[in-house]
Amino acid sequence: MTTETKELTKQEAFLAYLLRLADDRLILGQRMSEWCGHGPQLEEDLAMANMALDLIGHATALYEYAAEIEDEGHDEDYFAYFRDDREFTNLQLCELPKGDFGFTIARQFLFSAFSYFQYERLKDANDEQFAGMMNKHLKEIKYHLRHSREWVLRLGDGTEESHERIQESFDELWMYIGELFYMDEVDEFMIKEGLGVDSSEFKKEWKKLVEDTLTEATLTVPDWDQFMMSGSRKGIHTEHLGHLLAQMQFLRRSYPDAEWK
Amino acid sequence: MTDNNNDNWPLWEVFTQPKSGKPHEHAGSVHAADKEMALQNARDTYARRNEGVSIWVVKSKHITASTPEDMGPFFDPANDKPYRHPQFYSVPRAVKKRS
Repeated sequence: MTTETKELTKQEAFLAYLLRLADDRLILGQRMSEWCGHGPQLEEDLAMANMALDLIGHATALYEYAAEIEDEGHDEDYFAYFRDDREFTNLQLCELPKGDFGFTIARQFLFSAFSYFQYERLKDANDEQFAGMMNKHLKEIKYHLRHSREWVLRLGDGTEESHERIQESFDELWMYIGELFYMDEVDEFMIKEGLGVDSSEFKKEWKKLVEDTLTEATLTVPDWDQFMMSGSRKGIHTEHLGHLLAQMQFLRRSYPDAEWK
Repeated sequence: MTDNNNDNWPLWEVFTQPKSGKPHEHAGSVHAADKEMALQNARDTYARRNEGVSIWVVKSKHITASTPEDMGPFFDPANDKPYRHPQFYSVPRAVKKRS
């Protein structure tokens, strides 16, 4: 990345910002969709497939807008299917394998809580189309947060086994939450333009929501100051993303001209 | 999906209201461990395509239903009492006009 040496244009910053938001949702949605047909209960199976569709829907809208901003004749499918892992800028948190049900729920809770505070602010962004999109998606994010939070409480304050397993999930996920609050020149540019959000502004609120929920669920809040992973916003990923992309992109790349008839 | 969960999670009946002011109608049933989960499952199963504005859930075991054997004594006597229906009475013209 050469961004340190040259000034970002508004177009570059906006494009990068939209792709980060979109990549988070596409990759997490893809992970969530792996539960389809494997849910612990028919109703929860539906709920997870539904959340996966919501996330992929959010990503699609963001990619469409990104294509418009980029103005290179790409479409949403290009961003989803024809970029390689180093070009994806989603959080590592989103690409981790789905794990057990508790792991999926713990991750969804941490991510939805972050998205909630983020979108609450982005819905007032200085761009009508972008702000409208954020406002529309916020409603679904609120539902994801409510759903995952309820499950954290149930599993944490449930049986000995469910308590132990979701505690392990939070412990395992913890080193990936540092990235949620990563900010660089893209964010700074977007904040200056009234288009982005300063995540340090709501870090306290987010931490409080997480702490309150974990405490209510009788879980132990892991160490906030522990080692944290980093790099995803610059295309550095865990080994898991490549496998996910291989599966997700295979068909589209093998038959690039295929169409629904 | 294991089916032994059915023993643990009770069944709930779901009623959705298509529009405000309309009565809640029976939509179907869901399994859920508690009332919040029942509401969320009901929403995901029966109201995520804009089918309703309000949902009621009630544990199925709390519903008392008539049995097929009740059919005769409950409903048959009404068959020969057409005057119990408003349509039985002819409406005076003046009333008709106004409506």
